[in-house]
Amino acid sequence: MKQGFRQSMAWLHTWSGLVVGWVLFAVFVTGTATYYRAEISRWMQPELHRQAAIGPEALAHAADLAVAHLEAHAGEARSWFIGLPTPERPLVELFWRTRPGTAPDHVLLDPRTGAPAAMRATKGGDLLYRFHFELHLPPLWGRWIVGICAMVMLVALVSGIVTHRRIFSDFFTLRRDKAAQRGWLDAHNVSGVLALPFHLMITYTGVVTLAIMYMPWGVTAAYKGDQFAYFAETGQITKARPAAGQPGTLAPVGPMVARALATIPEPLERLVVSNPRDANSTVVAVFEEPHGLSHEHPQVAFAGTSGTIVEVLSGGLRPAAKTFTTMVGLHEAHFAGPALRVLFFLCGLMGCAMVGSGLVLWTVARLPKAGTATGFGWRLVHTLNIGTIAGLPGGIAAYLIANRLLPADLAGRSEREVQAFFGVWILVAAAGAAANAWLAPRQAWRGALAAVAGLFAAAVLADLVLARALWDDPAWFLGFDAVLLAVAAGFALISRKVDRFRAPGRARREAAAAVGTPRMERA
Amino acid sequence: MSGSLTLAKRAAVAGRVVLAVGGGYGIAALATILLSLTLPLPRAEAVTAATLASFAVMVGVVVVAFAARSLGRAAAILGGLALALALALRLATGSFPFGFGS
Repeated sequence: MKQGFRQSMAWLHTWSGLVVGWVLFAVFVTGTATYYRAEISRWMQPELHRQAAIGPEALAHAADLAVAHLEAHAGEARSWFIGLPTPERPLVELFWRTRPGTAPDHVLLDPRTGAPAAMRATKGGDLLYRFHFELHLPPLWGRWIVGICAMVMLVALVSGIVTHRRIFSDFFTLRRDKAAQRGWLDAHNVSGVLALPFHLMITYTGVVTLAIMYMPWGVTAAYKGDQFAYFAETGQITKARPAAGQPGTLAPVGPMVARALATIPEPLERLVVSNPRDANSTVVAVFEEPHGLSHEHPQVAFAGTSGTIVEVLSGGLRPAAKTFTTMVGLHEAHFAGPALRVLFFLCGLMGCAMVGSGLVLWTVARLPKAGTATGFGWRLVHTLNIGTIAGLPGGIAAYLIANRLLPADLAGRSEREVQAFFGVWILVAAAGAAANAWLAPRQAWRGALAAVAGLFAAAVLADLVLARALWDDPAWFLGFDAVLLAVAAGFALISRKVDRFRAPGRARREAAAAVGTPRMERA
Repeated sequence: MSGSLTLAKRAAVAGRVVLAVGGGYGIAALATILLSLTLPLPRAEAVTAATLASFAVMVGVVVVAFAARSLGRAAAILGGLALALALALRLATGSFPFGFGS
């Protein structure tokens, strides 16, 4: 690297981007989809019918039913998480973990009867949301891998910016009429530069959401590693109330819900019950974030056995803590109304395009000359590119299709949907790898992308045929299906473009005059 | 960087990666500890501000590690930075971080 600063940064950009590109692509795709996590969950449970408003009495009643269910089924658990019904999602959602290290138990209840809700079991949008930062691995592994990739992405962004001589004119440059490599370079530049503030913001704030896990040493030094004490002192969570070790009886939570609602004007989101059978049990009512950028949930903590308020958290964060919660809020975009959410979604798509075009650019720039065999490295990158860029969207489409095709009462139904997601992803990747043997790279791309388009169209068809009778709001479901069709059309369009692309006469002649036609041009 | 990669070149690249990852994280961690303990803010605020800044510090160190003219030079710069931070921490707290030399 005995070169100038710009050359060393170009090298760093190419190789750091390649090494983590596939993980980043998956993180960008699932993160972009997560802007519509609630909508994906709603589409995947068409039996759920929305309600008008849910009054304070109905909320208190639902909370009492939830606690009754938990006392019967989760008495040994150290914490209970009770998601309360909203008009969009009129369900009581319970989580509890009996032993650390085991998967949490999860159940959905009808908020009026307390009986298990009669609807198909699915992970809904939560699968993509969790994949976005855990990659469906054990949480610790997944979060570290995603965090490392995000840091490499930051390095790739900074080195990419340095590499650019003409960042302003890149806004307006897309030379599709030149050689293929030039077109891909411009596509990478346009998608990278146009949404650059978003890319920088989303990457840095993404790392910040798990900052204390990745960089715990400040808390180690100043709090002897007690993260609960740190978070409580910043004003983000209520103070921990350690278990007394004496048995105690939880007071009715209905009145606590009523008092919490009288204290904070925001919608109530969930209850967290700690040490429910201890004399020092705690019930924390967590509200939705007030209007604004900051990810800051107002909270009211009750002493569980008496029902008296022990702490109220509502705003008043100091500047650094406010900066932290604002960064997390920017990342999650819960503040965004419909129009702004579309913009975030489009910026996320630009991120997918930036990572994807960067990966393709690496292979196009290193296309072997005609008549020479491709090296192992080139084939590996090309195979992983198809497997990720076509495979993951194909898996998402299969996840949606499985949701419509699997019988509603199938045992282990939600796991089957996840298997369909990974199964089709692996299938597309394997088909792409096998196609290397007898297809030109361009044909492999065309086939894989067309297959993904077909899968998304099939998801719409499955919805129309199998679930139309269940829709509570046909216009909403048709709108969701229209978006799926648009995604299918996008993949079909790219597939066609890959197929039809011909380098313009001049570039073709020059290439021919030099060393014969590269393989990608010939196909 | 294309063409024939000699063993020496490969080793130099591997050295930079190790230096950038280890040095970048180590220096960012040292800076976080130092700022957490010395920023003139309430304790929780100092820790938050230091932790938020740490990732920018790490990116900067990685860029320096790859931009330096030679591996030796990169190691010298990062080593010097780490040493300066450790000394400052020693001055601020009376002990080296992680119990070294105390």
